[in-house]
Amino acid sequence: MNELEDLYREIILDHYRSPRNRGELPVPPAHRVEGFNPLCGDEIVIFLDVRDGVLEDLKISGRGCSISQSSASMMSAAVKGLPVDEVHRLVRSFKSMMTIEGPPANAGAPDEPTVEPVDPATLGELGALQGVVKFPVRIKCATLAWNALTQGLDEIAVGSAGGA
Amino acid sequence: MTALDVQALKKEFPLLTRDRGDRPLVYLDSAASAQPPQAVLDAMDDYYVTTHANVHRGVYAIAEEATRRLEAARVKLGRFIGAPQPEREVIFTKNATEAINLVAYAWGRHNLRRGNVVVLSEIEHHANLVPWLMLKDELGIELRYIPLGRDFHLDLTDLDRLVAGARLVGVTAASNVLGTVVDLAPIVAAAHATGAVVLVDGAQLAPHRRVDVAAADIDFFALTGHKMLGPTGIGALWARAELLETMPPFLGGGEMISDVRLDGFLPNELPWKFEAGTPPIAEAIGLGAAVDYLEAVGLDAIGAHETALVGYALEKLTAAYDEIRVFGPAPDPVRRSGVISFAFDGVHPHDVAQVLDQSGICVRAGHHCAKPLMRVLGVAATTRASLYLYNDESDIDALVGGLATVRKLFSR
Ligand SMILES: Cc1ncc(COP(=O)(O)O)c(C=O)c1O
Repeated sequence: MNELEDLYREIILDHYRSPRNRGELPVPPAHRVEGFNPLCGDEIVIFLDVRDGVLEDLKISGRGCSISQSSASMMSAAVKGLPVDEVHRLVRSFKSMMTIEGPPANAGAPDEPTVEPVDPATLGELGALQGVVKFPVRIKCATLAWNALTQGLDEIAVGSAGGA
Repeated sequence: MTALDVQALKKEFPLLTRDRGDRPLVYLDSAASAQPPQAVLDAMDDYYVTTHANVHRGVYAIAEEATRRLEAARVKLGRFIGAPQPEREVIFTKNATEAINLVAYAWGRHNLRRGNVVVLSEIEHHANLVPWLMLKDELGIELRYIPLGRDFHLDLTDLDRLVAGARLVGVTAASNVLGTVVDLAPIVAAAHATGAVVLVDGAQLAPHRRVDVAAADIDFFALTGHKMLGPTGIGALWARAELLETMPPFLGGGEMISDVRLDGFLPNELPWKFEAGTPPIAEAIGLGAAVDYLEAVGLDAIGAHETALVGYALEKLTAAYDEIRVFGPAPDPVRRSGVISFAFDGVHPHDVAQVLDQSGICVRAGHHCAKPLMRVLGVAATTRASLYLYNDESDIDALVGGLATVRKLFSR
């Protein structure tokens, strides 16, 4: 039961039951991105409103398990209003926490600076998701929203670079 | 409660009776893969220890013995499903998926043209969907689907119109999600009346009910070893010899030829025409031993046991939990297998399975390789418990007890 309570922390269940920033944003001006977990059929849709390098607003819809939904909800609360480069930094910290051992497999790739191990305490509420690492199959659930967020921000960056 | 002595039987399954400390294994995922009995492991071991050699080529004694055991397994398996010519009509594949792909490639590509109709059903496993979707992309065939009815059986009301003019009708014999056992007779009759051949995905039926491909009057039957107490890596396609004769080979290579020149080849005779390369010999022998095991216990006894147990399970689960919604037909000795898919209100299947795992209870959560069916049911996933001959009331009681933790955790 202890391991279970480590996975299903109260704060996780709270975000699962009352997800923050749920809904949609009009597209355009918002950018829409989807993420799928082929394992379980979970899907997530994120609407991103980036203006002048700041993630002004985001909304999340889709369906999934407690881990994917609460991770998405906590993510939305953590990144809303942040400059995009800080969002990227947070994504890296979170994904570093979500790796089983050592830095993520793609660490060292040219566009992915190596990250130091992260102290979950510095991640605020997000630290509650640390227990997921003990359940490797569920790591994909926890990172689903984060991968979609990264993809969406990259698409926006490419779009605005192309338009410039 | 039934003729099966499950306590004694369970002892013959090493993984189910291994000492796991204070966390005994409650295995409720046989629809994904069943556990092999010791007899199957012994048969494969004995093959490697006493007579391993490549088959069909060696003239020395152990190679001949290897060939004999492989071909004996083929005949055993053929008889098990009522094949009229077991030695010619059973083709070993690596699983049911490959067996269905064999039909799609060798029969489908040879016989289907743009606009031809193939009829499937809404409850098919991806294994009997994607090969046809690939042919749709490649050849431009038209796919139609027999719908699921409200009673979780296929809705055959419009069957004649649906199959009119079709070239092939491909249906599962038993759903890996709903536990529905399909009434094949009207489908076969309608298909043959319009000149279509019938492919039956028997992956979920062959392990649990007596199959007679000749009496069922079907044309193709696919099965997979690891769901019927055998090892992984072995499955089979049965097809009527006349059909196999007219089909071009599937994969090319050694074993499937009778002559090769630099400008051409002559295919081998049946069944080897469809078996390119060295076959999974030990696995085929293991599957043969699994068939012996199933015959000894008796498919009728297994079916009766599962029917009684699924009745017990459905009653216990729905009595204990208002929040459970079962996706499947009512218990029935003929029309329902031991697969139980359900939704637990307010809790995602992944979370249900995760919590149950902490009590050593193995159930599956997900789309079960039937995403179109999930859409029909209006869910992204279900939790699935599936029964086999080695399960008994204690496994169901453990499941019912484990779900109390789910309720407690998620309603706190
Ligand atoms: C109905 C059905 N068909 C086909 C298959 C595919 O079996 P295999 O993966 O062994 O090829 C399965 C297995 O899940 C199944 O349940």
